[in-house]
Amino acid sequence: MSAQTDPADLPGVTKEQGRPQDGAGTSRLPGPRAGRGGKDGAPAGATSSEGKVLNVFSHGVLVIWGLLVTMPLLWAVVSSFKDDTEIFGSPWGLPSVLHFDNWSRAWDKANMGQYFLNSLIVVGGSLIGTMLLGAMAAYVLARFDFPGNRFVYFLFVGGMGFPVILALVPLFFVMKNMALLDTYHGLILVYIAYSLPFTVFFLSGFFKTLPTSVAEAALIDGASHTRTFFQVMLPMAKPGLISVGIFNFLGQWNQYLLPTVLNVGDPDKKMLTQGLVALAVSQGYKGDWSGLFAGLTIAMLPVLAAYIIFQRQVVAGLTAGALK
Amino acid sequence: MKHGKYRFIAGFLVLPLAIYAIFVISPFLQAIYYSFTDWTGLSPDMKMVGFDNYARLFTDDVFWSAVGNSVTLLLLLPVVTLSLGLFFAFMLNVGGRRRKKAVIGGVRGSGTYKILYFFPQVLSVPIVALLFQFAYNPESGALNAFFKAIGLDNVQPDWLGDPQIALWCVMAAMVWANVGFYVVLFSAGMSSIPKDFYEAALLDGANRFNTFFRITLPLLWDTVQTGWIYMGILALDVSAFAFVQIMSVGPGGPDYSTEVLPLYVYQKTFRDGQAGYATAIGVSLLIVTLIFSAIVMRLGRRERLEF
Repeated sequence: MSAQTDPADLPGVTKEQGRPQDGAGTSRLPGPRAGRGGKDGAPAGATSSEGKVLNVFSHGVLVIWGLLVTMPLLWAVVSSFKDDTEIFGSPWGLPSVLHFDNWSRAWDKANMGQYFLNSLIVVGGSLIGTMLLGAMAAYVLARFDFPGNRFVYFLFVGGMGFPVILALVPLFFVMKNMALLDTYHGLILVYIAYSLPFTVFFLSGFFKTLPTSVAEAALIDGASHTRTFFQVMLPMAKPGLISVGIFNFLGQWNQYLLPTVLNVGDPDKKMLTQGLVALAVSQGYKGDWSGLFAGLTIAMLPVLAAYIIFQRQVVAGLTAGALK
Repeated sequence: MKHGKYRFIAGFLVLPLAIYAIFVISPFLQAIYYSFTDWTGLSPDMKMVGFDNYARLFTDDVFWSAVGNSVTLLLLLPVVTLSLGLFFAFMLNVGGRRRKKAVIGGVRGSGTYKILYFFPQVLSVPIVALLFQFAYNPESGALNAFFKAIGLDNVQPDWLGDPQIALWCVMAAMVWANVGFYVVLFSAGMSSIPKDFYEAALLDGANRFNTFFRITLPLLWDTVQTGWIYMGILALDVSAFAFVQIMSVGPGGPDYSTEVLPLYVYQKTFRDGQAGYATAIGVSLLIVTLIFSAIVMRLGRRERLEF
């Protein structure tokens, strides 16, 4: 798989990005090549030696960055199998015995299992809510003319660029008054609210690109607006929904600021990200470094595994917003 | 029909708008109001104090070191991250050996590189921050152990404990976490640039480094600009908060050398019980953000006129 084929694979929005390159592909055949007959042996030789040097150099720097990225991750995984003396004594050494007990200790005693479940519950709820409400708002804003349409749109989209921390101070007290602090449903509502700006921005752009004729046909056949939306438009918008769904899933799963402020009352209700940081703080007293590395690895591996399996979709989902 | 349409619109908008208004819009507006009060956050009593909170900012040394550090991150983080991203993406796309039909080509295995580089992007900030915190640990961390192993026994910095370099250590972790995303993003942009542009330039005698500045960068400028805004917001807001709060001593230390604006807002509210003053700091963060976005937009517009 080479770099050139990538953008065309990205579903949805990147379609336009993929186009010009198809044109480039065809021009590769006869055109510019015709003028460069047999005589250009010398210049071609010069550039090809330049090309060789460049090739070695580029592989060199690319490998170095590849090592810089993977070494810390491998180091954490390897450390999670060591005992504490090995971690301190030989940070780069391999474990003499595989200490699987670190993992079970982190999972049970350090509550990583519980935190994992908490994150699953909250993100499960908020992802469904974000996609449903975001798609509904985006569809109405993209497809219907009504007074105040632009105002509502910019109200949503404006939320993307403002510092979240500013809103969090009053939000804490709003949640407190509504008895939503330290609850799953409170967190779900807040996750939805802070995911809406990007979701509405992205999906309304996507709905605008879909053909109008299909929805019109459904309406003429007697379907209601609601039914048209759920049975005709949503299925058509699937590529966009998948992209923004992956974006939101990772964003919400990795969310740290919101739970740090709004979910501090009950230690058993911590999200995975919070739990990991709490584990890091408490190991300072207990000195359980191996358990901490195991916790870190437990948090890290499922996401990496999911990324490797759905690699293409994840990349498309995360870069979709910036390529638009 | 018409009636049905408006009922449908209202029905679809009411729930998302209500949630958004309650949890995002209203807290923002309240924050601006609170910045003119002496609210502690602990009790409901407060009174208007006009611009007192803002006047107090001018004499608050911690605030100014937070501004300094936030602006340092804002200026350097996007430049370093995007430059590395562009550099690696360019290497991936034109660093390859000459093939028969194409003048320039990607390096072999570019797909694998991109998969690896993207790893940090899917990990949460706490994972990355803790990983680096361990690596920086002066006694058992990977970095000092590495220095020892290659014979540099005297070079054993305190990393996050040294006020001179603590901020750079945090920034290195942020760069590490974000470069891969831009490699993949720019790489997708570069491969959509028609090959005959390069072909023509190389025939005219340009070398590959010229083609980067004359062809690749100008044609990618829109994407670079978007990335710049993303990275700027990341350097000012949520991400900077999380990295500094988890990694640094204190947090914010040593000696306020890593204090950043979002962390200071958080500490003033939840540690010191000065919610009114904290929102004034938050409003100044908002102002920095708006100035930054305006500058990047303006720069972008000028660049685009040249082509």
